[in-house]
Amino acid sequence: MSGFTAGVIVFPGSNCDRDAANAWSELGCGEAKLLWHQDKDLQGVDIVIVPGGFSYGDALRAGAIARFAPIMDEVAAFAHDGGLVMGICNGFQIVCEAGLLPGALARNEGLKFACKHVDLRVETTSSPFTCTSEKGALLSIPIAHGEGRYVCDEATHAQLIAEDRILFRYANGNPNGAFDDIAGILGGPNRNVMGMMPHPERAIRAALGSADGAVMFESILATLAQAQV
Amino acid sequence: MPKVTVTVTLKPALLDAQGRTIQEALHSLGYTDVANVRVGKVIELETANPADVTAMCEKLLANPVMESYKIEVDG
Repeated sequence: MSGFTAGVIVFPGSNCDRDAANAWSELGCGEAKLLWHQDKDLQGVDIVIVPGGFSYGDALRAGAIARFAPIMDEVAAFAHDGGLVMGICNGFQIVCEAGLLPGALARNEGLKFACKHVDLRVETTSSPFTCTSEKGALLSIPIAHGEGRYVCDEATHAQLIAEDRILFRYANGNPNGAFDDIAGILGGPNRNVMGMMPHPERAIRAALGSADGAVMFESILATLAQAQV
Repeated sequence: MPKVTVTVTLKPALLDAQGRTIQEALHSLGYTDVANVRVGKVIELETANPADVTAMCEKLLANPVMESYKIEVDG
């Protein structure tokens, strides 16, 4: 099979791992491998996806325990070496807890679990995850989270803005009270790590309510193809 | 072994959504002079090495980005 291999980490409680793997293969990006949290080998994958769900039942705090899973040491090393890491929903919480992205995710301001389609504005296309989109484009992407309120201190916020590392903001309403409407951010040595609360893997076909999430997978594919040349 | 009580709360600068909801409920019960309600977690543990608890808080029990913690050692 042509294309690239995505590694999707599976924790006890992950429930969007197969959606992420399906999105990768259905969009023609290549093969997707499910990687068990106890493993210590990324099996040479081209990109790591830390998927959504409720790892360890969200005990203590969302993502707090998953970040100590053995495979997360490999994910951290991969990220530090410039490997692409995509953290979606619980995956965003996990990569923040692991220190791969700054900030943290607190409980939604309204204390309600938010489950609906929201509009995201693409704030930067200077990233492996949005390079084929357009700055300012609005994407309709579903959210499903209870602890999605992005928080960080003022210095981190200033740095995110100065370095153009805010990937998405909520447009037409902020569903969780996130600081500065932040829905997704970038980090890593080469802008190679991203985290977002909404679920692009659930928006890859019109039949799912939106195909707007596909642009992220197309961007990743274009980035990996470019790196291979 | 000494018993340690760790109290974890959201940092004062962050909106505590649960605390706000409880405060509003207290107001609606007539306790209108209640202010600054904060909700946290209490984690009790026994350890022969209470000196390690600060490190446990920094690594796992609290997220220092958004939470503060208080440690009380008994015995």
